[in-house]
Amino acid sequence: MTMENNSTQAAATTISSISSISTKSKTPTIREQHVKKKNVKARLFFFGALLLALLVMASFAESFCPYDPYAQNLDIALQAPSAEHIFGTDRYGRDMLSRVIAASHVSIFSSLSLVAAITIIGTTIGIVCGWRGGRLDTVLMRAADMFLAFPGLVFAMAVAGVMGGGIMSAVIALAAISWPKYARVARSKTLSVREMAYMRAARLSGSGTLKIIVRHILPNILTPIIVTSMLDIGTMMMELAGLSFLGLGAKPPIAEWGSMMSETRRLLSTVPIAVFAPGGAIFVSVMIFNLFGDALRDYMDPKRRGR
Amino acid sequence: MNVRKYFASRMIQLVPILIGITFLSFAMMQVAGSDAVTEMYSNAGAAVSEETLDAARARLGLDKPFIVQYFVWLGNMMTGDMGKSFISGRDVFQTFMSKLPATLLLTVMSVAATIVLSVPLGLLAAVSAERSASEQDSTHRTIYSVIDNVVRFLSFIGNSMPNFFVALLLMNFLAIKLGLLPVISSGVTLESAVMPTMTLAIAMTAKYIRQVRGAVLDELGQGYVTGARARGVRESVILTKSVLRSSLSTLLTLLALSIGSLLGGTAIVESIFMWDGVGKLAVDAITMRDYPMIQAYVVWMAIIYVGVNFVTDMLYVVIDPRVRLGAEK
Amino acid sequence: MATIETAEKSANGANEILTYESVDISYDGLKVVSDVSFALHEGECLGIVGESGSGKSTLIRAAMGLLGAGGLVTRGDIWYRGLDLPDVPRDEMRRINGEEIAMIFQDAGNALCPSRKIGDQLYESMLEHGNAERAEFTENISRLLERLRFDDTDRILGSYPFELSGGMRQRIGIASAMMMNPKILLADEPTSALDVVAQKDVVEEMKIIKDVYHTSIIIVTHNIGVARELSDTLLVMKDGHAVEYGPTNDVLTNPQSDYTKKLISSVIGLKR
Repeated sequence: MTMENNSTQAAATTISSISSISTKSKTPTIREQHVKKKNVKARLFFFGALLLALLVMASFAESFCPYDPYAQNLDIALQAPSAEHIFGTDRYGRDMLSRVIAASHVSIFSSLSLVAAITIIGTTIGIVCGWRGGRLDTVLMRAADMFLAFPGLVFAMAVAGVMGGGIMSAVIALAAISWPKYARVARSKTLSVREMAYMRAARLSGSGTLKIIVRHILPNILTPIIVTSMLDIGTMMMELAGLSFLGLGAKPPIAEWGSMMSETRRLLSTVPIAVFAPGGAIFVSVMIFNLFGDALRDYMDPKRRGR
Repeated sequence: MNVRKYFASRMIQLVPILIGITFLSFAMMQVAGSDAVTEMYSNAGAAVSEETLDAARARLGLDKPFIVQYFVWLGNMMTGDMGKSFISGRDVFQTFMSKLPATLLLTVMSVAATIVLSVPLGLLAAVSAERSASEQDSTHRTIYSVIDNVVRFLSFIGNSMPNFFVALLLMNFLAIKLGLLPVISSGVTLESAVMPTMTLAIAMTAKYIRQVRGAVLDELGQGYVTGARARGVRESVILTKSVLRSSLSTLLTLLALSIGSLLGGTAIVESIFMWDGVGKLAVDAITMRDYPMIQAYVVWMAIIYVGVNFVTDMLYVVIDPRVRLGAEK
Repeated sequence: MATIETAEKSANGANEILTYESVDISYDGLKVVSDVSFALHEGECLGIVGESGSGKSTLIRAAMGLLGAGGLVTRGDIWYRGLDLPDVPRDEMRRINGEEIAMIFQDAGNALCPSRKIGDQLYESMLEHGNAERAEFTENISRLLERLRFDDTDRILGSYPFELSGGMRQRIGIASAMMMNPKILLADEPTSALDVVAQKDVVEEMKIIKDVYHTSIIIVTHNIGVARELSDTLLVMKDGHAVEYGPTNDVLTNPQSDYTKKLISSVIGLKR
């Protein structure tokens, strides 16, 4: 371009008197910009595959076990890791690896059903509150506030304890304190969708309430709800394991990571692997769920990428 | 004037929440199905006739309607009478209060450790994240990006570990392998406080680093940061004087919210390390179905939590001049 | 090209103080400014006009290293006193910023931290460029504010940004840019967020700066009226390209490109 050349020359003559540090270049400096590629899709796919593998393992846990996870053999109790028992054996001579694999079934599916339950219950309450408004809305949301005012785990512990333990009571206890979050998200989304123009049109055209909710509201609020619940699975898994660890969840001999750790923790100084194997299993599973949840959130909401 | 009004209205809002909390706690124990009389006599071990039980219930007011019982219970609670332990027979409220300081100490130390660890790390991550996208030099960009990712990765790991696992790991390495600390707490001493504090702080720090990073990153995108840079203010001064100050209210709120999980977390950690606080008391009570004790724990922890949130709200007002001076949003 | 010669003429042979050469700016690999060259001379006021999104604000931000996340001068040079500004490290840049090159933002209130008092923040900026006594600072800034036709300066310095009106905030913005008596003043849409009366005030103040302090000014605006009032030369931007560059009068009375013609004709009720 001629304009550029002209100005370069003109500038060069005038500024040379001031110039002290560097002299001007005839050709413009080129600076390369490396743009970070954010392979959200690849990430989603990769962690999705890991998650799938985890779920398959949890579904058919027993068939992946090298030994019967419940078979006791006191002759080989408390063995250190070896070729036959790579995580060693517990004090009843049960193969730890088999028990860790078997436990994935209860640990993972109880967390999944817990999150599924609170998602469905919370979302339903939220939609109903947002859609109907009025006194029902006030009462239910006040109740939600009440639950949010409790320090969650304290309440869950008490509920699980009062209900007498067992994995079901732990699930119910955690569900009782966790639904309000979903209700709030669903309610606020419903409220904002409700006021949109096409919603008014749908209502005026005489569509039934259920039809409107299924056709218009649900698709709109699904993304944040799914992302919230995906990111919740890891936390819930840890809290469920925590309750089991305290003896308020899954009860022995059922293999569950939290209760296994509370069983084996007295072996910490002698066979630490018996404690760390189930602990590591929780850690890895939670990590996979969290990484997948993160990738899913980034995929669903491009604005948040890299945050 | 405005502030005082705000305080008052928030105080009034506390009333229904406190009523709700106490009601819920009371109802939960009623639903549990076992009343004090049955427990008392079953502990005594002798067979008792229904008439004796009914007489005892009448004496304790347990034959009255549910709602009446609630208000009687509430009234007693406010005078510090929460019944006697089913197990030890000792006064529940007094037992709870005698163990509370140990738990509060643990909580305060964990919160302090969390702030000391997570604020600098979160700041570092946020600044690195910003620079990894704004430095001219591509090598610098890479370095900053690596720093950010390392901090984020650490926080991710911390977020994926249940606190009892962290506790056992610490116990294994610090106490058993290295022998630096006693395995089991020998009373409320500084030495035995190290591991429980670390356990609680690690989980909280992991979560809080992310929040600090997010809050600071949001602030760094604000116009006033660009403005200060245009006036030639050093980055360190912008960060400490303006950015941290502006994100303080957000950070405070998030910290207060995480106290909820901290209060629950103390239960597990205290019983692992045998720290003699209310958390361990509660776990023992739950295992032994000592209902009055559980009730006291739930009610008071909830009240403490509500109190912490209330104080945070008030601090929020003090910190943010926009709220303090009643400015429109 | 004819426009360049006229631009040279308009500056009356004065020295170039800021020179853009073939500047490309990209955000995350996406080019938003391409191949823009111009020069600002001592005492000159250059207007950059164009629609929003034409890259005009980006252009002046690049001179101060304020492109923000993802932004980079990918090609070309911005010369100031022998320094190629895009290559100046952050630490050195901040010495230049404020003291030698200053900026007025679209919403100057936004450029100040909402939770701190105005006076504290301005004093802080002053301290960053050398020692200054608080009393001395207050006296200087008060004099400057009075010059900008402010009274009640103590109250203003003790206020938080949100306590002032948009027009007042904008004049604070001008004062904060001028307090270190910079060589170059970059104004990024300084009147756009204001009502007509306040706009007029700001234009008057910019004139004072130009006439009294002889500061070289670049004013970015989409308001051709403002550009006509203030600027000696005019650069017209469209989609990241410079479409026209020359003395303001020439550009406005005898526009060469179709885009400039359209831009001028779209302004209704232009003064004068």
